[in-house]
Formats: sequence, C-alpha cells, structure tokens
Amino acid sequence: MIVEEKKKTLWGELRKGFITTNPLLVLMVGLCSALAISTRVENCIFMGLAVIFVLTCSNVIISLIRNFIPDQVRIPIYIVVIASFVTIVDLTLKTIPAVYERLGVWIPLIVVNCIILARAEGYASSAKVSHALMDGLGIGMGYTTVLLIMSVFRELFGTGKIVLFDKTIINLHIKAVPVILIMFPGAFITFALLSALLQWYQARKKPGTEEG
Amino acid sequence: MNEAWRYFLLFFGASLVANILLIRFIALCPFFGVSTSLETSLGMSISVIFVMTMATSVSWIAWNYVLKPLGVGEFLYIPSFILIIASLVQFVEMVIKKTSPPLYRAMGIYLPLITTNCAVLAAATESVKPGFFTKLNVPYHYGFPEALVYTIGVAAGFSLVLILFAAMRERLELAPIPKFFRGVPIAFITAALFSLAFMGFAGMFNL
Repeated sequence: MIVEEKKKTLWGELRKGFITTNPLLVLMVGLCSALAISTRVENCIFMGLAVIFVLTCSNVIISLIRNFIPDQVRIPIYIVVIASFVTIVDLTLKTIPAVYERLGVWIPLIVVNCIILARAEGYASSAKVSHALMDGLGIGMGYTTVLLIMSVFRELFGTGKIVLFDKTIINLHIKAVPVILIMFPGAFITFALLSALLQWYQARKKPGTEEG
Repeated sequence: MNEAWRYFLLFFGASLVANILLIRFIALCPFFGVSTSLETSLGMSISVIFVMTMATSVSWIAWNYVLKPLGVGEFLYIPSFILIIASLVQFVEMVIKKTSPPLYRAMGIYLPLITTNCAVLAAATESVKPGFFTKLNVPYHYGFPEALVYTIGVAAGFSLVLILFAAMRERLELAPIPKFFRGVPIAFITAALFSLAFMGFAGMFNL
C-alpha cells in the first residue's frame, strides 16, 4: 500500500511538469532560450537534453546537501552546483561543432536560466531526493515538449520544411513562406498563440470538472 | 572613424540595434514578470543599470588580470562570472540596506532577482569575448572604457524597453481583448510588435 502510494506521487511529480506547472507556459521561467532557439527543431532537441541533464543533476545534488547548506549563502551554493553541470554540458557540446556554433551562446546562459534556480530554490531545497529527481525530469521534459511544439511550428511554416541532421524530413513545397515566423517577432507570436491555447484549454476543462 | 563616434556607435548598437530584450531574447523572465506596473519597472531598471555596470567592471578585471593570464578562462569563466555577480549583488544589497533605507525599499526586492537576470551574465561575457553573443567576428578586444560603454548601452536598452513596455501594459488592462488572449498572450503579441519596430534600427547603420 505504501509502495503504491509512493509510486503514485513519484509519477505525479514527473507528470506535473507537462501541464500544471509547465515551466514555460505556467511558471513563465526560462523564456529567453526557448524563444531564441526554437527556430530549428534540431537545436531544440540538444537544448532540451542539456536542460534535462542540468536540471536533474542539480536537483539531485541540492536535495542531497539540503540539510548542510547555511541559509544565508544558499543562492551562491546553488549557482556553483548548477554552473559545474553547465560547464560539463558546455565542454561536451563543443565536440559537436555544428551544433555548438548555433547553440553555444545559450549554454552558459543555462546557469542563469530561471527554471533551474527556481526549481532548486522552490523545490529541491525542501524535497526528498527521489522526488527531486522526478521533478527535474518532469520539468525538463515539459520544457522540451513546449520547445519542440514551438520549433516544429516555426520551422515548418517559417521555412516550409523541417531539416533534421542534414536530412529534409518534411517538405511542404510552398514558395512564399511567412518568414516572419523564424524571425524575432515570430517567436513572440508563436508563444502568444500557445499561451492562448492553454488558457482556452483550461477554461474549457474547468466547467467540465465542476459538472462531473 | 574618430574616438567619440566609435563610442557612440558602440552605445547605439548595444542599446537599440542589438537590443538585449527584443532582438537577442536575453532577460525575458524579468521583462514579463516585472513589467506589470510602471513603478516596479523603474525600480528594476535602476537596479539593473547599477548592478550590470559594476558586474562587468569586476568581470573585465578578473578576466584580463586573473583568468586569461592563468589560462583557465575557457572553462572557468561561467562559474567565476556568476559567482562575481551573485556575491556583488549580495554585497550591494547589504551596503544599501545599511546606508540608505529609502533606496533599499525602492530597489531591495529586485536585487536578488538580478542574480538570475541573464542580461548581467550576457553583458559580462560579451565584454570580455566581443562578438560572443552577436556571433560577429569582432577582431579586437574591448578595453576597459569600451567595455563600460558597451555595458551601459545594454543596460540602457533594457531599461528603455522595459519602461515602454510597462506603460503599454498598463493601457492594455483597460483595452477590450478577446477572452483567451487576456493577460500573458496579449503581452507577447505586444512584444512581437515592439520587436518588429526594433528590427528597423538594424537598417540605420551598415553594421
């Protein structure tokens, strides 16, 4: 019975990152990188993996040492933990020059990506290690999901095709594409539409649950 | 190209042409978080200008006199810059709290937020590695005055857009907006139009 209950909460910790506490759409953190790199699906895959890795590792470490950290210096300590994992990702991605060239700018900025510090401060610092692990994975995957939705939309309609690892996967064969989608304003517009969609979904769901 | 003109171009480029919020997408979290009222935006802007200038100065000195001569810059710049910023913010907070309570009341709550403001780290990194964020091949290194002018430009661009946007959002509260676009979505649509306008600056100079 206890095991059953624990499993349930662990699953809940993992699942909540997708809709209820989605970092981008609901918590509104980590927007900078999401808007900037969602021009290509390929970028988003690597960025998503990097964020999942850093978030999960830092959540686990911070949860492990949470009882030893003096309250006054907790933020610098969190940042040092996060910065170490980011440096690992930074040096690892340097081995794939094509990706690093496009993503390189955003890797150091994962340190100050509010998602990770927000989870460290708001969740991992007062949670069990197993929960912190699941939370890191869930939030990371929620971030990656939104990133993928945005990038598919922007790349498909902004350039007319999706190129993944030098292979054209989908080609719409349209001549005049709305180039604005892959330019700066397109990021804001895409996110606005996604956010409106979520509000519509939540408004539709609410009366339904009240009836049931 | 004379000296004053070069500084002007550097400032202009950093503040408007490559605006940190709308063109480079850095520091969007405080942008959308704080811009709900004009007053908080002003407080945040002043704090950012102050902290960013100090952080870049210290980072520039640390890079040119410690990290680079020792040859450890490439893999230590992230932790060391962020540590500089975090401790500087904490230090500034303590000093202001002791010396000027009114200023602390105005700025205090924004200071811890600035640690996670990517703009500060971005400006510090850019000032020691020119072209890192703009992806341009800048052939020279910024001297100290150039780094300073660049940073003040970035901070000024941040403040300008933040304050303009906050004023706009206060108006939006009263506007008739479709139901599902109220709140966050309309703010992003507004930002998109802002961004479109700022793209126009890129055409002003052959940069």
